[in-house]
Amino acid sequence: MEPIISIKGLGKTYAGGFTALQNIDLEIQRGEIFALLGPNGAGKTTLISIVCGIVNPSQGNVTVSDFDIQRDYRSARRAIGLVPQEISTDSFESVWGAVKFSRGLFGKPPNPAHLEKILRQLSLWEKKDNKIITLSGGMKRRLMIAKALSHEPSVLFLDEPTAGVDVELRQDMWEMVRGLRDSGVTVILTTHYIEEAEEMADRVGVINRGELVLVEDKKTLMQKMGEKELSLQLPEPLQKIPDSLADLPLRLNGDGSQLIYRFDIKSENTGIAEFLRRLNSANIEFRDLHTRESSLEEIFVNLVHGARREHEKQLSGETQE
Amino acid sequence: MNLHGIGAIYKFEMARTWRTLMQSIASPVLSTSLYFIVFGAAIGSRMGEVEGVSYGAFIIPGLIMLALLGESISNASFGIFFPKFSGTIYEVLSAPVSAFEIVAGYVGAAATKSILLGLLILITARFFVDYEILHPFWMITFLVLTAVTFSLFGFIIGIWADDFQKLQVIPLMIVTPLTFLGGAFYSISMLPEFWQKVTLFNPVVYLISGFRWAFYGVSDVNLGLSVGMTLLFLVLCLTTIWWIFRTGYRIKT
Ligand SMILES: Nc1ncnc2c1ncn2[C@@H]1O[C@H](COP(=O)(O)OP(=O)(O)O)[C@@H](O)[C@H]1O
Ligand SMILES: [Mg+2]
Repeated sequence: MEPIISIKGLGKTYAGGFTALQNIDLEIQRGEIFALLGPNGAGKTTLISIVCGIVNPSQGNVTVSDFDIQRDYRSARRAIGLVPQEISTDSFESVWGAVKFSRGLFGKPPNPAHLEKILRQLSLWEKKDNKIITLSGGMKRRLMIAKALSHEPSVLFLDEPTAGVDVELRQDMWEMVRGLRDSGVTVILTTHYIEEAEEMADRVGVINRGELVLVEDKKTLMQKMGEKELSLQLPEPLQKIPDSLADLPLRLNGDGSQLIYRFDIKSENTGIAEFLRRLNSANIEFRDLHTRESSLEEIFVNLVHGARREHEKQLSGETQE
Repeated sequence: MNLHGIGAIYKFEMARTWRTLMQSIASPVLSTSLYFIVFGAAIGSRMGEVEGVSYGAFIIPGLIMLALLGESISNASFGIFFPKFSGTIYEVLSAPVSAFEIVAGYVGAAATKSILLGLLILITARFFVDYEILHPFWMITFLVLTAVTFSLFGFIIGIWADDFQKLQVIPLMIVTPLTFLGGAFYSISMLPEFWQKVTLFNPVVYLISGFRWAFYGVSDVNLGLSVGMTLLFLVLCLTTIWWIFRTGYRIKT
């Protein structure tokens, strides 16, 4: 399928010399919800800002609906709605005035019926004549979304839509995003809540220190997440897995003093009892055992702190010997 | 051309004027009225005519220019500074509007406001003194040209300023003194010869002189020079703005 956004070799070095993004390649499919996951300062906002035309890229190029964001900026931007991370509004403008302004700014003729529909969807219709300064924080955030949707964009960027938002509103937000996707809008959201990516996204991209370290279908990630490991500390290291156990999902770690059994947490029969019985008949003893779950969180943390964690693990492994 | 976009910015800025009616219209009109009362009626009645025009009438073009310059600059600079300051500029930057359209919206609105204000002062003046307008076409031309030029200048200040103090400093420290010394309240010929020469370096002299000529047919400097200087300043501002958008100076990172 033809991607709606195509990012190639994108890099950004800020004026101070700080490189916030390097060599980003990413394609967003039409109609999907894509979650860009990464810790603070990873470069999520920078990436979105470039696609939306707020920040100039240092290298690479981006197309939106096949329009280059610099050469064909008008056509590219017409397709995009942006809800930035920071709430910023004109305090003394009315809700209605604000959405009307946004629609006009994006070159669309007035359409009160459409604006009314959006305000109703976002439960802001009763407030349409109120000044923005009188709205609550949650309402202001919804107004930012209403503004971004006022010109009927085909792609919506939500930069940390639920940061600092209470649980109830978060559920509403998720509901709304799904509704948008069902109506054919492509949604790209950034978050540092794994839970949110898990809940919402069709695909997840993990970004860290300006590099895209993983882009994967959420289902694939979930499968990895559904796996658990049982690891046994062996008093006598094994050279290889005994033939009698070769049919089991086993592997040896490090110098062979750790035997790891992988199982699916969701299946009825984990096979652990059977495994331990066969271990016994193979005359393999163990001193200690523990289980480990690979959650999306862990995958994420691993990717993000990969090198450092690896190093620490090695150290703790050594002290255990 | 994104006409809806220009319209949206223009209307938004005009709406701000009506919301802040006291500040943007009423207060300049009031302060100008005070000038008329003090300089026109009270002191002016004791003064002779200046170049064949009663003093009260003589100061009208200068007072309008004083308000026009100040308001054009403050309206346009605030109009673009505030979104930058509050963060709402993101929307304009991410919208399918060209640099020209952004400038047209903001500067168009600022210029409209100050032209309206200039006309309002003209009407107010009628309550205090009699005056005539010999060349209405030129009067309007100078009014519009000056409003647009100084709104452009204000736009540049608004982009350059990164705090409120910088926003105020140029109008306060440079433009206001230049206007007062630019012949708003006197004819250049009333100055000692040395200062007459120095004063020619003040660009505002040309604006006020041309504008006054449109009213009474008397001027301190040649009319062509007045028009030329106004256009020169207009071109300078346009070039600067073109450069700002080309480089992204202080609006894009
Ligand atoms: N205008 C800027 N000038 C210099 N550095 C910046 C600027 N904006 C962001 N950065 C830096 O770029 C990095 C990425 O920032 P950002 O894209 O906001 O990250 P995220 O949205 O993932 O938290 C951060 O280290 C931040 O300090
Ligand atoms: Mg961010």
